[in-house]
Amino acid sequence: MIRRWLPYPILSALLLVIWLLLNQSVAPAAILLGTLLGIALAKVFGRLRPPKARVRNPHLLGLLFARVMLDIFRSNLAVARIVLRRERGMHSGFVAIPLALTDRHGLAVLACIITSTPGTIWVNYDSTANVLLIHVLDLVDEQGWIDTIKQRYERPLLEVFQ
Amino acid sequence: MSHLDALPPWAAITVAVLVLLGALFAFIGSLGLLRLKNFYQRVHAPTLGTTLGTFFMLAASITCFSVLHGRPIFNEILIGVFLTLTTPITLMLLVRAALYRDREEGSQDVPQVTTSE
Repeated sequence: MIRRWLPYPILSALLLVIWLLLNQSVAPAAILLGTLLGIALAKVFGRLRPPKARVRNPHLLGLLFARVMLDIFRSNLAVARIVLRRERGMHSGFVAIPLALTDRHGLAVLACIITSTPGTIWVNYDSTANVLLIHVLDLVDEQGWIDTIKQRYERPLLEVFQ
Repeated sequence: MSHLDALPPWAAITVAVLVLLGALFAFIGSLGLLRLKNFYQRVHAPTLGTTLGTFFMLAASITCFSVLHGRPIFNEILIGVFLTLTTPITLMLLVRAALYRDREEGSQDVPQVTTSE
């Protein structure tokens, strides 16, 4: 019964939170409408037949979030320095990273991380070979980038989603 | 009367500093679009505006309106969440289009197709 009305409880809860934030209110009417919207939109979402995400070790997501925030901050400063100094000898290029991660949700989070961090951009993901191609603005050590992405981001994502 | 008159000095200074910092990062990002040499380098620059630039602007907005209304107001966080979720889509479309075109033209600067795609 619960499964039927609440196929995606986390999604419904998130929609309710978004609704309350948008309305800046915790009045009973807002909560009621938000709950109804959360349930209805989650049912619509179910029609798309998305692959179900299995989230294990959710505490790792918090750790990953803090780590990504720190990295975004640091690479903002690094890219700002590159732009302001007009570095001539800078070498940028593509790096191919063999991935162990195949879960679609994990890959989506990895895409958000890599694109949100200034200095790296997700270029292409080859799902047959499971190789990710990224572009790095200030490329000094290719193997270093592969290790960073795999150790810092892919490993926690593997533990959470796969 | 503008909103600034209603703000106590400490809040006005904090908000002003945050807005300026946000604008600075957005500006450096735009400057990067001008200064960097090729397409793949240039797409990196605007991410400054969508990350720290947005962060400081949102922090300024949250501070300003929380002080003005006398209660915590943080619906700006939603802007940050939606930006983080949607920028990768545009950037990936742009970069993949550029890569496709360069590969079609047989450019030596981009990696060639490794397997059947």
